[in-house]
Amino acid sequence: MAGFTFKGGIHPYEGKELSKDKPIKRLIPEGNMVYPLSQHIGAPAKPVVKKGDRVLAGQLIAEAGGFVSANIYSSVSGTVKSIEKHRVAVGDMVESVIIENDGLYEAAPPLPVDDIENMKKQDVIDAVKLAGIVGMGGAGFPTHVKLSPKDPDKIYYCIVNCSECEPYLTSDYRRMLEEPEKLVAGLKIILCLFDHAEGILAVEDNKPDCVKLLKELCFNEPRITVKALKTKYPQGAERQLIYATTRRAISSSMLPADAGCIVNNVDTVVSIYHAIIEKRPLTERIVTVTGDAIAEPGNYLVPIGTSMQQLIDVSGGFKQKPEKIISGGPMMGFAMFDTDVPVTKTSSAITCFTKDEVAANAPSACINCGRCADVCPGRVIPARLSVFAENHDEEQFLKYNGMECCECGCCSYVCPAKRQLTQSIKTMRKIILAKRKKS
Amino acid sequence: MSDLYNVSSGPHVRDKYTTGKIMAIVLLALIPASVYGIYHFGVNAAILIVVSIVSCVLTELIYEIVMKQKITVKDLSAAVTGLLLALNMPPTAAWWLPVIGGVFAIIFVKMLFGGIGQNFMNPALGGRCFLVICFAARMTDFNYDGITSATPLARIRAGEAVNLWDMIKGNIAGTVGETSLIAIVLGACIMLAFGIIDLKIPAAYIISFTIFMGLFSGRGWDVSYLIAQLAGGGLMLGAFFMATDYATSPITPGGKVVYGILLGIMTGIFRCFSSTAEGVSFAIIFCNLLVPIIEKLTLPKCFGKGGEA
Repeated sequence: MAGFTFKGGIHPYEGKELSKDKPIKRLIPEGNMVYPLSQHIGAPAKPVVKKGDRVLAGQLIAEAGGFVSANIYSSVSGTVKSIEKHRVAVGDMVESVIIENDGLYEAAPPLPVDDIENMKKQDVIDAVKLAGIVGMGGAGFPTHVKLSPKDPDKIYYCIVNCSECEPYLTSDYRRMLEEPEKLVAGLKIILCLFDHAEGILAVEDNKPDCVKLLKELCFNEPRITVKALKTKYPQGAERQLIYATTRRAISSSMLPADAGCIVNNVDTVVSIYHAIIEKRPLTERIVTVTGDAIAEPGNYLVPIGTSMQQLIDVSGGFKQKPEKIISGGPMMGFAMFDTDVPVTKTSSAITCFTKDEVAANAPSACINCGRCADVCPGRVIPARLSVFAENHDEEQFLKYNGMECCECGCCSYVCPAKRQLTQSIKTMRKIILAKRKKS
Repeated sequence: MSDLYNVSSGPHVRDKYTTGKIMAIVLLALIPASVYGIYHFGVNAAILIVVSIVSCVLTELIYEIVMKQKITVKDLSAAVTGLLLALNMPPTAAWWLPVIGGVFAIIFVKMLFGGIGQNFMNPALGGRCFLVICFAARMTDFNYDGITSATPLARIRAGEAVNLWDMIKGNIAGTVGETSLIAIVLGACIMLAFGIIDLKIPAAYIISFTIFMGLFSGRGWDVSYLIAQLAGGGLMLGAFFMATDYATSPITPGGKVVYGILLGIMTGIFRCFSSTAEGVSFAIIFCNLLVPIIEKLTLPKCFGKGGEA
């Protein structure tokens, strides 16, 4: 077997040295906390509190609005100020519960879950659902849905995505380094659900310290292996990760479970540990604050609902005026025009750049060099797809396998003509997906 | 909301390569062949190179000013066209030949089809073929060292012997930039090292051409004959610098191989059965026309549907 990797991909500047040696600091939030009711894929949660209610830290404030949805908990104690639309990182206005933090952090009773020894498989899944856990790598897919495949006996691999291939991000790295035992324990809980599965901790080889640490921890774990993957973006993209670790390839229309795999992010697995062992709901996550505009880049344990502006403030603010602020990393993140947005379950980082490379590079004509096709992990031809997308030629777009694009951004990154390939392909995919949903 | 930050769809970082940088590397890679051409053929070669580049760049500039289009000469692609055109001229050509060729290449082959990346035919070769048809005598006059000399391929055809080492070094008659195999391969290595081209097209071209000649030239697998065929007639210049032109070659990996094979066969047909001894330019521009259909037939299998490895 050739090394653990996939074909295509890019090697952008990693930028991880800015924050990788900064231990996780706990952030004490100030001011109002904002909890968007839609922090996940699926139906928005339904609020169970109303204006004026007093809530405790760890109290349920909104319950799942369907099977594919997730509970939301308050991360502070205080009073519900209002339920209104608030701006979120992607730019939308989303209905949110706004809580005035009283600074007391009065805790709600622990989650009503049984001790792990007495739990049946379904109890574990129910506890994960109760804790409001979603995929914390970015997509926000409710984890209890992932853990409930049609046939649990046909799951052969439970993969933890420890690759953190996104440039600049170090939140997963710090988590692995500082609390690796929680990660391994969390994976063991997942493995309890699938009798035929082996656990894989998939780490990129630019984190040799994590590989070593996890290997030591898993020395006596017959069901868990640690795999060092080649450092390459997008090594952590779900389909590429599954291929790199198991040589099973799935198309865009298949689920990982179809290939016998379940993939979870580091923070998600740790949250499962918190929910089952510590009986704590999901109320906090690790966020990296980084970029060349930030005075003191670092990693923070942040209560969900905290304003991103406060994260920037505790990192010493800006040493130079930023041109661009991104929620997430530079490849897959969302550029924000304002920092008055809350940290949600899927916010992995705030990246602040003094220079906006996109604005500095005006697009010019395609020269047909084929670099986009060379790096495309989905093996499509972005140069052609983007033309079809710009012409709204749905038929050709589908014929050229446009739906197999994973929106990783490699094509836009390498394009010497600086064309917005990913953007136009993404837009067309959205239109087609929306159409399919309707019919 | 006093400060508004830039927004855009991801990714928010870009690679350092630009169109201009790629073209600059191509120009750099053509320097060995150009320098050898000037050293070997003298001042007129230098004049042709300068005139050709200047006329191509000026034509593009003037066209864009007149048509009120965005000025794109800074991307250096017109300069590449000009240099390639000059390297494909006989060293004795009059200075005004590359001017006519350059104007034709830029306006009729490139700009009228939408400018960079939109042309369906290699502009430099389009210009050269135009000149060959209009000024046949001048374009095939390989007067060298004061004596009218035939190119090695013409001499082989006439049954004469050629010195292989001279062909590899470039000490032969031919166009300005095609004679020295060493200089061309050196330039090709520069492009390969920078990742500007890959070996699919040149390798498929050279291998299929060799096989074709071995089978159909009537000379069998005569090694020195095959080497002479590969080293002469601008085949190497064509394989590495013109067949690999981005806009006029397929974008699909499989298509590149198919295109290279077709080039080899086409060049072989011209060399074996046509009335001229060379044929690289015509082979390339004919195959340029097949690129869209090659591309359609060689769409890669995507990931998860059979295209993993």
